[in-house]
Amino acid sequence: MSDLQSPTTGKNGAGTATAGKASEEAPTEATAGADEPTATRRRSLLPQSTLLRHLLVLLIAAVGAVVLLEITDPFTNSQLATLTYYAIAAGGLTVLTGMNGQISLGHGALMAVGAYTTALFLSADEPLPLPLILLAAIVVATAVGALVGVAAARLHGPYLAGATLALAVGLPGLAIYFHDVLGGEQGMRVRAPRAPEVFESFISAVSGNSATNTKWLAYLGAICLLITYFLLANLIRSRIGRTWRAVRDQEVAAELAGINLGAWRVLAFVVSAAAAGLAGGVLALVVRLAAPSGFTLVLSLALLTAIVIGGLGSLLGALLGSALLVFLPPFVTDLGAGWGLDNTEAAQLAPFVYGVVLIVAMIFAPAGVVGTLRMRWLTRQAKRSAAQPSRG
Amino acid sequence: MGPLAQPTPTAGSTAIDRTAAPDTDRAPSASLEMTGITVAFGGVIALSEVSLVVEPGQVHGLIGPNGAGKTTLFNVACGIVRPTAGEMTWRGQPLRRLKPHQLAGLGISRTLQGVGLFPGMTVLENVMIGAHRHARAGFGSALFALPRSDRDERELRARALAALSDLGAQQHAGRYPGGLPYPVQKRVALARALVSAPDLLLLDEPASGLAEDEMHELGELIRTLSGRMSVLLVEHHMDLVMRVCDRITVLDSGRQIAAGTPAEVQADPAVTEAYLGDEVTAEEDAAGTTRTDGGRHHG
Repeated sequence: MSDLQSPTTGKNGAGTATAGKASEEAPTEATAGADEPTATRRRSLLPQSTLLRHLLVLLIAAVGAVVLLEITDPFTNSQLATLTYYAIAAGGLTVLTGMNGQISLGHGALMAVGAYTTALFLSADEPLPLPLILLAAIVVATAVGALVGVAAARLHGPYLAGATLALAVGLPGLAIYFHDVLGGEQGMRVRAPRAPEVFESFISAVSGNSATNTKWLAYLGAICLLITYFLLANLIRSRIGRTWRAVRDQEVAAELAGINLGAWRVLAFVVSAAAAGLAGGVLALVVRLAAPSGFTLVLSLALLTAIVIGGLGSLLGALLGSALLVFLPPFVTDLGAGWGLDNTEAAQLAPFVYGVVLIVAMIFAPAGVVGTLRMRWLTRQAKRSAAQPSRG
Repeated sequence: MGPLAQPTPTAGSTAIDRTAAPDTDRAPSASLEMTGITVAFGGVIALSEVSLVVEPGQVHGLIGPNGAGKTTLFNVACGIVRPTAGEMTWRGQPLRRLKPHQLAGLGISRTLQGVGLFPGMTVLENVMIGAHRHARAGFGSALFALPRSDRDERELRARALAALSDLGAQQHAGRYPGGLPYPVQKRVALARALVSAPDLLLLDEPASGLAEDEMHELGELIRTLSGRMSVLLVEHHMDLVMRVCDRITVLDSGRQIAAGTPAEVQADPAVTEAYLGDEVTAEEDAAGTTRTDGGRHHG
């Protein structure tokens, strides 16, 4: 159980930025002249500047990530590394689906683009520095995302799902077609660069643990995750995020307010493709392999499930959903084994429980974990402010 | 046709004659001019050679029985429906291939039939969207949360709050529109249209669903607005239209049957005829749900 919850408590910092959206209403109401004592108190606690506020959260999240990675065993470290790339992609997808209302079943394919780009650049004799390679993965995935986005901007609902589904199914096939360059069915081995010495001295200074390559990759993933969520949170909090939501909520009204629907849809697709590209790059490094079997439709669906369970449009939700994706199956399998099931039976339990969780979430918390909590919070706020005048 | 042309040289038969240059009109600085607008959906003629001029600072009413083509004309003015024939000019510039999202940049705002608020956003955010065209900060400053983006947000927020308090809805700023009473929602929608400080406001049935006193307030408001902008108003409530409008154009079955001042229009036998028998439906419609030309509205 602690496995299931620890990553979220450790790293929810980045997501709090979005969860903070609800609390953002507080300053709004305060300026609006509503007498809300809690609102004013909240306001003085947090820095006014979005940048400072988000940097503060980033710092807390970074410390949380270090603590988490240092108190857990190597196996959990590698699970957390997996979590990072899921969460990066899910964060991008939640911007697209949750904020902008476009569905994509093709994000696995965009991750593949990032992963293969990373693998190709790393296979060079004198590979570029890792940050540049990951940047290249982002750029290539963004370019593909822009192309898809232009087509997607004209499509809605099931049609969009269908088009992106074609991407998810078709794109990994390219790896098989160009098997000389991309390694065909076997895929491309990825030689992850060794950890820099700074990292080793950092780890020995912090915890004295051995700075293994697994740990380095988990840290690398965490750094990418934190940066991604920081930037996405900035966008969500800004005019950009608001405009995306307007396009999602009411097309005609948004258009009449001067919003070019198509352009903003493409922008959302591009941003989320960039995140998927980075996620693919991290995946290639963590898994040490870029192969078509890693980017099946199941991956795209898993990402979609993660953001729906976590709560659409919330980065914290995307992180929670990803954590569920990574930690639930082994947890359930262990549980099954503990009940005396044999290995096969225990392994079959995981998808079953996963399905049950999904159904339960749909019935009892259709807004996802974060969405439901936020709704509770808002309701309580509203009740409190309704009670205010009668007291005064 | 006869009686229509008499009251005004601006509208009516003279304007239908497309050879008549706009300059010959009474006001050369006319804000919005629509000349000989014809719209055909397949074989159905929704509008036939309709012309009107909304002059600066004027409230121009657009009335007519159900299905007369009022909303279609509105949609033409917004670029939602492209006219089959006819021309539009705005501040003397021709508007060709107009797209709805260009409207705000041109200084034209429109409210929707119903309210059309963004349900997933607070009232304040809703209104801030209306101020979209005043935003300065770009994608980069938003991505890195630069102070520029914050400044921009503060400005938009201040603008939105000002627009809300102008309409007495500032206390709802933090609420979501779904939980608000319908008249308040209408106010918020109006605030969203006004926050961009437009030069021309297109109001699509602003009084629908409002009680008598609220409608009166709305009338006052529209009158004060006319000092700052031109208003084109589609409305069913005759008393409201007659009270607030400087000029009125009457449509019936896609044709312009009358135009002039409220008094002139009221005295026009063609108008009485068009409304006769249709009056009951118009009244009913006015009282509650307004689904007049709703089908076309989405077109």
